Amino acid sequence: MAQTGRTWTAARSSAAAWFLAPAVLLVAVLVLVPIGQTLWLSLHDAAGRDAVGAANYADIFTAPEIRRALLNNAIWIVVVPNLVTAVGLLAAVLAQRVRRSTAVRVVLFMPMAISLVSAGVTFRLVYDESPDRGVLNAVVVGVHDTFKPPSQYHGARARDGQALTPRDGGLQTTQPVTDREPVLLPLVGLAPRQLPKSATQAGTSGIVQGTGLRGVVWSDFLAVGGRPGAVDTGELGLPGVDVEVLRSGTVVARTRTAADGTFHLPQLTGQDYVVRLAAGNFTEPFAGLTWLGPSLVTPALIGTYIWIWAGFAMALVTAGLAAIPKETLEAARIDGAGEWQVLRAVTVPLMRPVLMVVLLTLTVNVLKVFDLVLVLAPESAQGPASVVALEMWRSSFDNIGRSSALGILLLVLALPGVLYNVHRLRRSER
Amino acid sequence: MTALRLATIARTAAGAATGCVLLLTAACTTATGTAKPFAGQTVEVAGSWTASEQANFERVLREFGKQTGARVRYTPGGSDLDVLLSSRIGGGKPPDIAMIPQPGVLARYAATGAAKPITGQAAQAVRAHFSPQWQRLGSVDGRLYGVYFKAANKSIIWYRTEAFTAAGVQPPRTLDELTVVSQTLVDSGTAAMTVPGADGWPLTDWFENVYLQLAGADRYDMLAAHQLPWTDPTVVETLRAMGRYWASPRFLQGSWNGALQTTFTRSVADVFGPKPGSAMLYEADFVTTEIDKLGLYRVGGGARYFAWPSVDGTGEAVVAGGDAAVAFTDRPATMALIAYLATPEAAAIMATRGGFLSVNQDLDTAVYPDATTRALAETLLHAPTLRYDLSDMTPRTFGGGNGASMWRILQSYLAAPQTDPAVVAARLEDAATKAYGVL
Repeated sequence: MAQTGRTWTAARSSAAAWFLAPAVLLVAVLVLVPIGQTLWLSLHDAAGRDAVGAANYADIFTAPEIRRALLNNAIWIVVVPNLVTAVGLLAAVLAQRVRRSTAVRVVLFMPMAISLVSAGVTFRLVYDESPDRGVLNAVVVGVHDTFKPPSQYHGARARDGQALTPRDGGLQTTQPVTDREPVLLPLVGLAPRQLPKSATQAGTSGIVQGTGLRGVVWSDFLAVGGRPGAVDTGELGLPGVDVEVLRSGTVVARTRTAADGTFHLPQLTGQDYVVRLAAGNFTEPFAGLTWLGPSLVTPALIGTYIWIWAGFAMALVTAGLAAIPKETLEAARIDGAGEWQVLRAVTVPLMRPVLMVVLLTLTVNVLKVFDLVLVLAPESAQGPASVVALEMWRSSFDNIGRSSALGILLLVLALPGVLYNVHRLRRSER
Repeated sequence: MTALRLATIARTAAGAATGCVLLLTAACTTATGTAKPFAGQTVEVAGSWTASEQANFERVLREFGKQTGARVRYTPGGSDLDVLLSSRIGGGKPPDIAMIPQPGVLARYAATGAAKPITGQAAQAVRAHFSPQWQRLGSVDGRLYGVYFKAANKSIIWYRTEAFTAAGVQPPRTLDELTVVSQTLVDSGTAAMTVPGADGWPLTDWFENVYLQLAGADRYDMLAAHQLPWTDPTVVETLRAMGRYWASPRFLQGSWNGALQTTFTRSVADVFGPKPGSAMLYEADFVTTEIDKLGLYRVGGGARYFAWPSVDGTGEAVVAGGDAAVAFTDRPATMALIAYLATPEAAAIMATRGGFLSVNQDLDTAVYPDATTRALAETLLHAPTLRYDLSDMTPRTFGGGNGASMWRILQSYLAAPQTDPAVVAARLEDAATKAYGVL
């Protein structure tokens, strides 16, 4: 190219200038001018009037919320392009092996047709905290409850100032108890629908008389006229509560309450017993995970992003795979390479240029991620989930200088990826 | 104009063509004096209302159009009204009128000159129909900029009557009673309160109500103007009271983690939906629309409210919100529409359809569709102490929109209610200093 320049005539170079002019004009108006303007604004105050030097840049590098956003962007950049490319590569290779591979590819590619905003709305439902609404938590809770069913009386607590004190998640009698009178163990905080159907009026008659240690566990709550700590008509006993009796620290007997909430251990006589309702009676039901809470929100967002972009990676990798000569793969297999070795030692090296394109495109894209965070993360988690582009957008309404500084920061961060792509393009032209 | 007459008209056909005859405002006289003075002109109004509120408001605008010949177009901005406005103003083509909920935003537009003062007949109409306090709320440096067409009563707590009956409790009147009632509700086996912490503004409303009760109106005003630092002991005390309530076991539905995931619409369903999870909901009057939409509990029957509890059970201090019509052009048609929005007739069109409170003094409260709404509106008109939503009076970056620092700080406080309130107060003061500094 360079040596031909000398032989150009003036006419030819002016013709070239004419042909180039529209493109140059477009680039100047649509790209260079806005960049220049943003740069100028980033050196000015909130209203874009007075010059403030580098103050905006100092501000964005010290503000804790921006630091958080930068950290999140770093996580996105490290995790997402690699994971998406890996998933895309795997899907592309595996899709070759199944029948109706086109159908599989179409399904995998379909999320690409969905805008990030609609995907965000959809996944808001998937990640919903309540297992009644969120698919993911419904699965998690279902699996958990199969192995560890929730206890019957979760949420119960001892009546204030009465016989029981909390200990190790369970409840135990405050004072040592004796066999002379029934032990009253009042609980509150139980919804009527939480009690089993078999529960009957809390029993007193059966245990007032009799010998040995005896007592009653019951729901000590009446809307009207209930006496705290006393068994009233209308208060139900709690059946099936595991009761342990301890004497000087060791369990001497175990039993379970009857339908009227009573228990009776005739063999235990004397005094200095401690009655304990073990923690297992009150285990809280597993409520699933707070996917969109501060700690899991970024992984949840990344999951959605991968769901959307894996199809893109797969499509490009599939095209790249088609270009690999079949003979090379055959040769490797004949030489005794396993499928994994073929993938690692032959396919991936041959595909490196394609994979680089996928990786870089994703890196630049991920850097700009914004709409997904805005839509999917609930307001309360937008601080922990924040990314630079989101902070830029937020600042733009009150502080155009700071917002522009963030825009320039994003540009600078994206530049290496873009430059590498340009560099590669020129190399492949040669 | 008799109130009865107006009420009848509003009830039968809100858009009665004779409406203008009833109006005393001078603006309307011009409207009738020359038939259809604005024929062929277009007036654009932007607001945050969507869905049924939008439909009702468009009825009001149509009625204005019918009287004056102007074509009125409504642009719904939703929760991004501020985005819409700032970009339209930046582009030099603002809507003629915007319904702005935050006095802080209004003050900013007044300062930059984007908002136009209300003058002439429109100003007279506002003076005739609104109390001095609401006029002041619409003014910046003594000049009138906004008409509070819609108002909200934010000092109420909604409850499900069946949950209260099952627990045998009565609506509390003091803050201490609120704790006792909540504990009894918990003992009866239900969570006490649903807090939509996924949205930031309900938390700021919590703060404002407790603060107004604990610290009083004077300090409230000083804090709103940032003449009082957020590290003031009264703020710390308020935060402590909130944190104590939030941290009490089972007081909040789903605990604080769950509260932070609960959005406004969901919160209403959590209390008044098919599977109610708690007994009380702190939200402003506009919840009625959502309760009606769910259709399981009748407002005034299964769903009732009590006034925000005070320290000693006396006096009623109300935190109010609203939407002010603010002019961004000073064309005669714009001012005429502002004048029209200040009339009781315009308010009646929306009031009859529910989900709307007006602070127009000359609106007959008989037009409200039910006793609950009427009572809410009357509280706004007659409350001995009324203060505007504090966070809406602060700069937008601090209290007035998605991602505002006060919202975020209160959300992180809800996420960890055991945090030392003094630390939270210090964070608030930090953010406030920054936000007021930029202004």
